[in-house]
Amino acid sequence: MSAKETAKESPLMARVKARFQKGDTLLFTHSFKGDDTVVVRADEILTVMDFLKSDPALDFDIILDVTVVDYWTKKGVRPASAPLQPYLKESGARYEVVYHLYSVGKNHRIRVKAPLAAATPQINSVTSLWVGADWLEREAWDLYGVVFRGHPDLRRILLYEAFQGHPLRKDYEKTARQPLIGPRN
Amino acid sequence: MTDKKPNVDFHSEHHTELLTINMGPSHPATHGTVKFLVDLDGEIISRIDVEVGYLHRGFEKECEAQTWTGVFPYTDRLDYTASVLNNVGYALAVEKLIGIEAPERCQYIRVIMSEMARMSGHYTCLAAGALELGAMTAFLYFVEARELLWDLIEEVCGARLTHNYVRIGGLTADLPAGFGDRVATVFAKNRELWDEFAKLLLKNRIFVDRMRDVGGISATDAKAWGYSGPCMRAAGVAYDIRKTNPYLVYDRLDFEIPVGTTGDNYDRFMVRMYELQQSMSIIEQCLVKMPEGPINHNDPQWRQSSKDDIFTDMESMIFHFKNEINGVPVPAGEVYFPVEGANGELGFYLVSDGSGHPVKCRVRPPCFQLTSSVKYLIEGSMLADLIPTFDMINLIGGECDR
Repeated sequence: MSAKETAKESPLMARVKARFQKGDTLLFTHSFKGDDTVVVRADEILTVMDFLKSDPALDFDIILDVTVVDYWTKKGVRPASAPLQPYLKESGARYEVVYHLYSVGKNHRIRVKAPLAAATPQINSVTSLWVGADWLEREAWDLYGVVFRGHPDLRRILLYEAFQGHPLRKDYEKTARQPLIGPRN
Repeated sequence: MTDKKPNVDFHSEHHTELLTINMGPSHPATHGTVKFLVDLDGEIISRIDVEVGYLHRGFEKECEAQTWTGVFPYTDRLDYTASVLNNVGYALAVEKLIGIEAPERCQYIRVIMSEMARMSGHYTCLAAGALELGAMTAFLYFVEARELLWDLIEEVCGARLTHNYVRIGGLTADLPAGFGDRVATVFAKNRELWDEFAKLLLKNRIFVDRMRDVGGISATDAKAWGYSGPCMRAAGVAYDIRKTNPYLVYDRLDFEIPVGTTGDNYDRFMVRMYELQQSMSIIEQCLVKMPEGPINHNDPQWRQSSKDDIFTDMESMIFHFKNEINGVPVPAGEVYFPVEGANGELGFYLVSDGSGHPVKCRVRPPCFQLTSSVKYLIEGSMLADLIPTFDMINLIGGECDR
């Protein structure tokens, strides 16, 4: 699979790989189904994002999406697709923060992922680079409980302040009820 | 009555603090439900906090409990003024993950229905925008146009608002006989209504004054706020996924992308007006170019088989049973697929672990980031400017709150 990937690697991925050494900041890269993806160490997210935004050959000026995937299952943390996520087990991560970026000028896209540990999921906010990440990070905090350090106003957005827990975590039962809503009927 | 004081300190006696008002969540101008917490200094908005989430219904959580096919009805309820676009976006994302492509006729029909959905969304946005500035007549003209369009959609899939029309690898039904003729009749009427609507508003001094130079944004700021769709194009950035990353058969069709200059509400209005014309042209081209043929993928493992096939064809029956019980076995992996929604980039980010249920079914709602910029657009302007700005941002509660 890796041989195939390198054969048709996009210039965009080559540029990112040239800047960051694999293993140090860059944990993994793939272009599954043509979606260029880089997995980076969560501590280094701002360095990577700053490079992606400011490098003239990359010029990622739009942040399309920030979301989180939770790989918790009842039998422990499991990657959804083992070939695409060999780093998940060794890094002891449970969550992945997923960013989608787009460049209007260059017309290319990239997906940036950062695995996060289970206990206190924290990552630096990218609102200093793209102001449009504001509500997206608030939503990720609201629904997954990932703390974005340095976010100017990290409040719940879709749910109400008294809501207990973070409902899109896999260990939040779909049928769970909240105290304010009260019992059925 | 006491004696009047000779020396009055007007600064301390007069009430000069900011007035905080709640606008919404149930307010005629907040279609869908959204609350503005506004601090008013006279008529000037000095601070605004936009609170969304009143229509949150756990879209992603519900999808994770569904089979891949079972997600379609939920996608209908995202942008409910343009349902088929959500169906198409989701179906294309799943098909990308599986690695199949729908037959050519199906792709043309998907484009036709997508553009009808886009028109329906734009009609709603423009009509409501006019209504909330007091133009009741103009509202009724475009609602009539939308009704005629919905009659066409109803003929195809039996529903007017939430269509649930698209399936993985195909569609639920082919176009009915004589559809092209009826489209021609409806579009002739809709073009008349377009002219009437434009005449009523575009030379109306009150309307133009309230729209022009209100809620403007520069191209640089629009990018920083993550704009897409008509609002982005109004700011002068020709970003339309139908052109930049063509999907379905858009690369074979001849259409233009209307682009504004100042990014104000008037430009947003006009971009949508001209997109209506472009959509009509796209549909007419599709009806001419559309080939005959099947509308579903030929492998029964992926498509939704028809009842005829299920009762007469062995493979269709087996896969129908397996797919209904376990869900379509979408291969493990992750994809992101964007389509041009009525409001902008509608992207689906799907994660599969190879079972019949999505691990993650994220929709990237275009109006979520647009709404987040209302604070930037409106602080420092008059309260009355909030109405046209919010209308042209076009928050759709179902899409924003999910």
